[in-house]
Amino acid sequence: MRESQKFEKSFDVQGGSFQNAGNVSGQIKSILKEMGVSTDIVRRVAIICYESEINIVSYAKKGTITLIVTDEAVKIETKDEGPGIPDIELAMKEGYSTATAAVREMGFGAGMGLANMKKYSDHLIITSEVGIGTCVTMVVMDFPKILHPDLPPVTL
Amino acid sequence: MTLKDVQDILEAEVLVGSDQLQKPVKTAFAADLMSDVLAFAKPDSLLLTGLTNPQVVRTADILDITAIIMVRGKKPSEETVKLAEELKIPILSTRYILFETSGRLHAKGITGCIEKVGGEI
Repeated sequence: MRESQKFEKSFDVQGGSFQNAGNVSGQIKSILKEMGVSTDIVRRVAIICYESEINIVSYAKKGTITLIVTDEAVKIETKDEGPGIPDIELAMKEGYSTATAAVREMGFGAGMGLANMKKYSDHLIITSEVGIGTCVTMVVMDFPKILHPDLPPVTL
Repeated sequence: MTLKDVQDILEAEVLVGSDQLQKPVKTAFAADLMSDVLAFAKPDSLLLTGLTNPQVVRTADILDITAIIMVRGKKPSEETVKLAEELKIPILSTRYILFETSGRLHAKGITGCIEKVGGEI
């Protein structure tokens, strides 16, 4: 069996930087497009990146978003220095939000972010420590091979 | 229908993308909540909204939206225009309210990018 192709890159996200929110997601989208990843997968990854980025900008001091691409999947890992989430189950509920007015003015903060991240990823794991920060790992899978666009696209 | 037809129907002002008015349009999504747009909108649709900040353009870019229609006479901020020009996403502004904007487009054949929620991705 040949080794899985792998690409990895981390991006810094500054907390409170509302004007720039989405820059990293835009960059990640371009990278995946250039790699020839199927449009559907690119869009799903872009959405989960964007919601993650909005979360870091909205709640954390700073954070990183890491893009990992292998033959079988795209993985997004986010890590932030922020307030943490005391009750993850509650935070996952659609409509639950602790967003500020500034976040709502941008068109976010309605308690949909984590729900969207779950909706568009195949696996989502959140770990959080109050007062320290939050880590989220999301995997978007494609079969059989995302880096072989000549194969017919697979709708998941 | 093209974006030019949409402009005529809505008596809209083109603020970004006057060179892209020949783009075809079939479907649309309307919301002021960007998370709802991310949850439900489909590529190649129009985005009708009353929000004017750069996040509207970012959201449109992430979802491959054809064009943004700002309703109720809303005008984008300078940063929003700059980003839209950079990402080549047309912005039109109409004085019609969201309900009228949607109704007028629907009457001419533009349909919702989804009809109702539930189960779809």
